[in-house]
Amino acid sequence: MNSIRINKKKYTVNVDSEMPLLWFLRDHVGLTGTKYGCGVAQCGACVVHLDGEAVRSCVTKMKRAIGKEVITIEGLSEHGDHPLQLAWKDVDVPQCGYCHAGQIMSAAVLLRERLDPTDQDIDDAMTGNICRCGTYSRIRKAIHHAAELQKQKG
Amino acid sequence: MELYKEKRPLGKIRFTVTLSVIALFIIGFVSAFSDETNYAANEEIYATVKKDSIKSVEAFKKVYAVLQSPRCVNCHPSGDIPLQGDDSRLHAMFPKRGVDGKGILTMKCTNCHQTENTAGLKTPPGSPEWHLPSATMKMVFQGRSAHELAKQLVDLKQNGNKDLKALIAHADDGLVKWGWTPGEGRTLPPISHAEFKEAWITWLTTGAYAPTQQGLDGSNLKN
Repeated sequence: MNSIRINKKKYTVNVDSEMPLLWFLRDHVGLTGTKYGCGVAQCGACVVHLDGEAVRSCVTKMKRAIGKEVITIEGLSEHGDHPLQLAWKDVDVPQCGYCHAGQIMSAAVLLRERLDPTDQDIDDAMTGNICRCGTYSRIRKAIHHAAELQKQKG
Repeated sequence: MELYKEKRPLGKIRFTVTLSVIALFIIGFVSAFSDETNYAANEEIYATVKKDSIKSVEAFKKVYAVLQSPRCVNCHPSGDIPLQGDDSRLHAMFPKRGVDGKGILTMKCTNCHQTENTAGLKTPPGSPEWHLPSATMKMVFQGRSAHELAKQLVDLKQNGNKDLKALIAHADDGLVKWGWTPGEGRTLPPISHAEFKEAWITWLTTGAYAPTQQGLDGSNLKN
């Protein structure tokens, strides 16, 4: 039986293996926090974690995801209190908000790999996440703030 | 008699000039095909080649044409950002090579590139093990002359320590072969994979001679 773990919960997969993971998350599991942006891996709105990597779910087919662990924005923290989520609120980052699930999921991988990221680290890691509202300076500020919160949390 | 006397110096000049031209040709020819130092350390190449400099350089013309096609150059950039498109422009989003050639942080190659081409125009191409050469073995194709590239390809210090056997096997590497099935909207290399492989093996097994720049593109750079 094909199965997938999404936000620590096991799901049986009864869909075409060519279906994009994003479709499965939104239309079959009902996790609509992850957004459809460009559909061709160009914007980053659909980023989720697949076995810890920040993949673009719009081009990741179910056949790749089956048997793996997926984390979406809904599963990043139990109570919406991941340092990045707190920092995003403190800095009041979003404008329209559409891209920010993807922004936060990418930033979460960055913070996991770089506990105290430099501006260059942030540029390198966030370069694939586009924000049409242009909130980039607040994103940078919030990532630095989240790094501080993460340190305080220990 | 006077005429005879006048002709003798001219004859000497003609003879000297002819001799010089022949000498220059010989020097040029020898220098063009004497770059054996690169694979002197590669005993396997030495043991199996049947040296034929003319055949080797002819074969490399085909090899070079393929290696300079966008399907090959785009993943063998001179910098640390891959290229894309038939015009070999910098890859959108400027992903970086990383130590292992597989990207960094959130920008790993396989975060977008799947094990197969994504359907449609302007979508991510894909193949298993999609990556750039590693940071320690960049194997740059972009901007390399035929002479430079030929020398680089067989240089153990620059080719990831690949000997003749490994170099020949590389023609059938999955990512190399992807160049001939690149997906919608991407031009193919100038010759078929079979023709490329034949030229590649011929070049290697006839001595892997490095042509002069002049031999391939008419420029004046040499050795």
